[in-house]
Amino acid sequence: MESLGELFTYFLQNLINALQRGSFYAVISIGYSMVYGVLMLFNFAHGDIFMVGTYIGFGIATLLLAAFASILPGWTIFIGTVVITMFLASWIGVFVEVAGYRPLRSAPRASAAITGLMIGIIFETGILIMLGAKRLSFPPLMESVTYNIGGVFLTNVKVMIIIISLLLMIALQFFIQKTKWGMAMRAMSYDFLAVPLMGVSINIIAPLTFAIGAGLASVSGILYGQAYPILDPYMGVIIGWKAFVAAILGGRGSIKGAALAGYLLGFIEIFVATIFPSTLRDLIAYSIILLILTYRPRGFFGMEHSTKLRL
Amino acid sequence: MRKVICLLAAVLVLALMFSGSAYSARKKIIRIGVNAPLTGDIPKVGEGSKYAAMMWLEDIEKAGGLEVGGKKYEVELIIEDNESKAESAVKANTKMITQDDVLAIVGPQSSKQAVPAGEVANKYKTVMISPWSTNPNTTLDRPFVFRGCFLDPFQGPVVANFITEEFGFTKAAVLYDVASDYPKGLAEVFKAAWEKKHGAGSVVAYESFTTKDTDFSSQLTKIVKSGAQVLFTPQYYNEVPLIVQQAKDLGWQGPIVGSDSWGSAETVELCGEACYGLFFSSHYAAAGAKGATKAFIDRYADTYGYIPDDVAALTWDALRLVQKAIQDAGDYTGRVEKDRKAVKDALAQIKNFAGITGNMTFTAEGDPIKCAVIVKINDQGEYEFYKSSCP
Repeated sequence: MESLGELFTYFLQNLINALQRGSFYAVISIGYSMVYGVLMLFNFAHGDIFMVGTYIGFGIATLLLAAFASILPGWTIFIGTVVITMFLASWIGVFVEVAGYRPLRSAPRASAAITGLMIGIIFETGILIMLGAKRLSFPPLMESVTYNIGGVFLTNVKVMIIIISLLLMIALQFFIQKTKWGMAMRAMSYDFLAVPLMGVSINIIAPLTFAIGAGLASVSGILYGQAYPILDPYMGVIIGWKAFVAAILGGRGSIKGAALAGYLLGFIEIFVATIFPSTLRDLIAYSIILLILTYRPRGFFGMEHSTKLRL
Repeated sequence: MRKVICLLAAVLVLALMFSGSAYSARKKIIRIGVNAPLTGDIPKVGEGSKYAAMMWLEDIEKAGGLEVGGKKYEVELIIEDNESKAESAVKANTKMITQDDVLAIVGPQSSKQAVPAGEVANKYKTVMISPWSTNPNTTLDRPFVFRGCFLDPFQGPVVANFITEEFGFTKAAVLYDVASDYPKGLAEVFKAAWEKKHGAGSVVAYESFTTKDTDFSSQLTKIVKSGAQVLFTPQYYNEVPLIVQQAKDLGWQGPIVGSDSWGSAETVELCGEACYGLFFSSHYAAAGAKGATKAFIDRYADTYGYIPDDVAALTWDALRLVQKAIQDAGDYTGRVEKDRKAVKDALAQIKNFAGITGNMTFTAEGDPIKCAVIVKINDQGEYEFYKSSCP
């Protein structure tokens, strides 16, 4: 019979695992929710934007490491990688909006949703053709140190992933609540017909939303590359689906909900595999989510069903 | 008027049929299909297969064609990508058999594709040799399907025995992909072999995940907690580095042992120093090879710039087996059904074929009897021969 203490360390260890996993779902699902809030469509290319962001991060990290590894300390390279990648990946988001969604803005929602899937496939095969099918290994931007705190194993990478993800979400919340641009985005999601009449152009707010979503996803991609350093062109598919699940679970359009649901998804996945045989993990995990949605179809923070919901 | 058109059409159809058969009678080309994962989850495996096939073709072309029964025939390779997916492998086989009229197919490599693709090859009565598929179901009850490697029921006990002898451990953990034929089959065989040796319950953790998962932390936390002394994970090179790294991060200190799927040239490249010192079972070890094996390794390394992995070596052997079977069949008629059957009969007769991955004699099931090698990843990241185990 194992002692209570042992059980507690076991629980803590899984809690850390879940926090790490949940951080990725949370940050990525925010991208879905933001776009939904403004344009009322789910950008199904978001998982692949995350993938492209990771590849950009890989390229920048490799370049910076090659050029400055001997001169600058590691953390400056990390920050440099994050900043440059965020900037470049935002343009990918803008590109997706302008080239993919803008021409279809008045088309039925289903067409726009399918556009997202197609853009995703274009990104996947584009990367495949440009870089080949070879797996790439994301260079470590910091030396991994393992800490053993009373039987709970932590690495500095894990801690960093959790903290940076939280910081990103807090920064986003600040941006949306406190700045003029954030206010415009909130207004747009409140009424997308009247707000443009007030002089707030949808053609600026929409790309901005996509840019922020893509920027967040790309930082998440860099962190992902530190935790799971193997890149392939299809890496965004599954994580995109799961983040989409989190976005629905959190309530369409709700950023707070998406973040919370992302963490919840991480917890459910990790703890189901801990308690039940791991073979049944996804079966049980997603049955639980189905159950939650059955009883709360609008998710945690979603608005009541109204004419505004078009998808 | 209508009659004239009908007549004209009939004449044209006849002419087409005649010209087609006349064409193939005039120039009999031997077509060999290669079904390989050039993209998808394990592209390095596809690359190795393709390169080995190209080297083989180069040899044939240098000799002015493949000599069968005193006549030389031109050989054409048809290399199809199966995207590392079962359904695409089936499609590729069907296309090569029904449209390209291939005489024989080499591949697919991993069991996930080879098991379903073998069904197609057998149905269309076309010889298929999978160089790398170790799952018994690939060749089971399929007279037209062969393989170039040993089987999992042999490999599993080899690994179990090795761990027992080398480390003296009695408690093992297994982590495998439940959605893929090869890891799932091998994990089961290993578990059975280990429990036969150390008693029921000696596999203290038997954990699984699904293809494309990247996070194994909950499974590994369970494994660390189970008190296992060794972790066996029969996964591919795209997962091994993640498993090894995450196990270390979660405080795993025991050895991690793998199977022949680790043998790809890319495992060490992606895993780096974390994988140094680990063991896996394989078909051949590149470091310290001799004779024809060394000649193959050197030539491959000169041409493509890296040491060939077991897939490349096995593909080379499989193509040479096909070549020998075509030559042994003696008479190439150009009538594809008849030739396919002759090749199959000849292949089943081959005895003591000296391949670069060992000598091979086929059993009635189409499986070769050959030795397994335990490879150690040394401190330079090379695959070094450690010991061999023969049936």
